[in-house]
Order: sequence, then C-alpha cells, then structure tokens
Amino acid sequence: MLTKRIIPCLDIKDGRTVKGVNFVSLRDAGDPVELAEIYSKSGADELVFLDISATEEKRKTLAELVRKVAATVNIPFTVGGGISSVEDVDVLLQNGADKVSINSAAVKNPELINELAAKFGRQCIVVAIDARQVQGKWLVHLVGGKVPTEIDLFDWVKEVEERGAGEILFTSMDHDGTKAGFANEALAKISDMVSIPVIASGGAGDKEHFCDAFTKGKADAALAASVFHFKEIEIRDLKQKMKEKGIEVRM
Amino acid sequence: MSIEKSKASEKIVIIDYGAGNIQSIKFALERLGYTGVLSSDAEEIKSADKVIFPGVGEASSAMKKLKSTGLDTLIPQLKQPVLGICLGMQLMCNWSEEGDTEGLGIFDVDVIHFEKTLKVPHIGWNRIKELKSDIFEGIAEQEFVYLVHSFYAPVCSETIAKCDYGVNYSSALQKNNFYGVQFHPEKSSEAGEKILKNFLKI
Repeated sequence: MLTKRIIPCLDIKDGRTVKGVNFVSLRDAGDPVELAEIYSKSGADELVFLDISATEEKRKTLAELVRKVAATVNIPFTVGGGISSVEDVDVLLQNGADKVSINSAAVKNPELINELAAKFGRQCIVVAIDARQVQGKWLVHLVGGKVPTEIDLFDWVKEVEERGAGEILFTSMDHDGTKAGFANEALAKISDMVSIPVIASGGAGDKEHFCDAFTKGKADAALAASVFHFKEIEIRDLKQKMKEKGIEVRM
Repeated sequence: MSIEKSKASEKIVIIDYGAGNIQSIKFALERLGYTGVLSSDAEEIKSADKVIFPGVGEASSAMKKLKSTGLDTLIPQLKQPVLGICLGMQLMCNWSEEGDTEGLGIFDVDVIHFEKTLKVPHIGWNRIKELKSDIFEGIAEQEFVYLVHSFYAPVCSETIAKCDYGVNYSSALQKNNFYGVQFHPEKSSEAGEKILKNFLKI
C-alpha cells in the first residue's frame, strides 16, 4: 500500500529560513540545509521549500540553495515561490529539485501548466492553490491568499488536473494559522474529483488534525510548518498515532 | 584506506541524454563516496565499470533522444553492470504504452498504464517485497522506497522485487548484467543508498 505522506514546509527568504524554528540541536537556526537534514532523519517523507524573497538575486540564491539541499538530503523535495516560467523550472530541476510548485503564475497563465507538464513530465509539477470561502463559495486567491479572484476552487482544481498537474497542494486560507484542523470537507471534495494526489495544507494544530485530513479529508499527503518547526508535534509521534488509527504510514 | 581507494578508482558513468533530474543521482553517489561522470559519449560509457541509466519524463520523447545519439544500440550491448532507474528501467523493456514506443528490449516485458481507478501518478513511499537479487542484500522485505510513475512493468520471469499498487508489479528487474529499478534509490533515504551501494559493489 502507498503510504500517506507528512511534509514539513520551510519558508525561505534570501537563502535562509524565515519563520522562527525551535530546534535546540541546530547549529544555525537559519540554515535550511541543516533543518532539511534533521527533518529527513526524523521521518519526514518529503520537504517543501517556499521561497518568499523578492530580490533580483532571488533566482541565483534559490538555485544555489536547491543544489546544497540536493547534495545533502536523501528524500524528495519540492521548491515553490514566484516560479513563473519554463526557464525558472529548468534551473531548479537542473540543480536537483525533484518537483516544483506553481501558484499565482498558473492562475494568470494557465497554459504554463501544459507547457511545464509537456517539457518536464507531470510528475514534477505541483499546482498550489490558495482558497478561502467568500459568501459560502470557495474562491481561488492570489499572493498568499490576499487577493481574491472570481475563480471557483473546484472548477480550477478540475482545470489544473486536465492541463497536466501531477499533484495539487490545497491551502485553505480560512484554516491556515488557526491550528484548528484542515479544511476536510473541501479536501474530500477535491480528492474525489481528481485522480491525482492531493496535499492538504493549512490548519494543522495537533496529531488528530492530520489523521482527520487523511480519513475525513481523503488527502494523500499533509503539509505543515510551525507545528513541526516549534516541535509542537514530532513527526515520529505523529506517524505512530497515524499507524494506531490504521492509516498506512512509513515508519 | 583501501576501500576509499577502490571507490575513487571506480569509474561510474551516468548516461546523460537530457532526461530529467540526473543531478540527484550524482549527489547520491557522492554521499556514498563515489564520483559519477555524466556522459553521452559512447567510448566513455563503454569504458565505465558501472553504468547508471536514469530517466524522468515521457517515454517516447526519451526514446527519440536515445535513437538520435545511437545510445539505443549501445546500451543493450554493454557488458558491465547497468542500472536503469525509473523511466530508465521502463525504456529497457520491450515496449511502453506511454507514447506507444518501442523500448531497448533488454527486459522481456511490456510497460503499461495503471488502472484508471487508481490515483496516478503513483507518488510517494511504498513497500518492496519478494526481493531476490544481490542488489537487495541487507534490505528487509517490505522496506519502503520512493516512487513516482504512471506506467509499470507487470510481474515477469525477470522480476527481482515486487510492489503493490492496485496490482503486484515489477519494482525491479534483472537480466544478466542489466538491473532496473522502478523506484528512486537516490531519493529513498538510507534504504535507497544501501541498494545503490550494493549495485556499485557488484
């Protein structure tokens, strides 16, 4: 059986991790490579690096970081944040990224998904979707959930699959940061609609929330940042809990 | 000391035909203390002690690239241990449903698409079982490996490991000096590194 995946997400700015982390064992709390290595050894199934820097040097810095991570870490990792062209993706994959995640660029130019899937194969193209409910309707949002669009979440989900997305990373902006659990109802609907894997994001607060995302939300993977960075949840303990609940997991 | 010396003198060529993420394989070899050379040159490939045949992407376009460089005739003639990874393994088979493309014909099996009822690509960690090859020495039955693929080789007489995703299929194949793994050993944590190491020690 294919196992459900647990994915810590590292926010990166100018080659350094941004959100505070609480790892006593870290020599350098801002070093993403060291943090990535610790996560890979503590049972993470994959890693996601989300680059939020906005400098002109961004591309070069990120490519260098990707190279260092690929040289060090022996599990797969995805890189996202501001990726908007075939060239962007090419550089990241050439430097050792396994997958890339595209978000706003795909909404602005949906054809980009087709181009990337055709050139690199759909298996390495993750389409990230940020959405929140506006008057009872799930709408796609841009710029980290700040800018609403008129696009219906579920229409967009269907479209990105048809265009060649290999996976969908769905973040509910209504749940993100609340630590009250994932958007399981919307997740389950998405998961039932598509035949590609769905990664749940936004709302993780305790171990039970992850279990619910897999059982109620029918997610294939779950992503979180702060609960792991601040050691509120140890990945090994989480996986033990999942196993006890009968969820297939890699121990 | 002597082990390090033999590692350094071992010539490992990773076939570079413009398909996918080969940097990761090079890095994985470096973590094991080996050096991998990326090459598409026939003489360089022929002179290697070990050859790694990677591949990520689409089968028919990858096969076209192999044909345009003559690698399609070279690879089946190689005498040293050859390890095909993921699409590399699939291209070593007779035929692939992906793009209806002829393969290198090393493994006597056709590559087909997973059932439509399953989530495809098959992405993530799954178990390998019924292991029977020296490349799995020290690897436990039901060990986890990382996979990303939509097509698979059914179980056949050359199967040396199986995986279960809706169906039991070939997670690894072997024929004489040719080995193929559907999973990514370079991304399969310690177990993957052990399998790579076993291959390099053949």
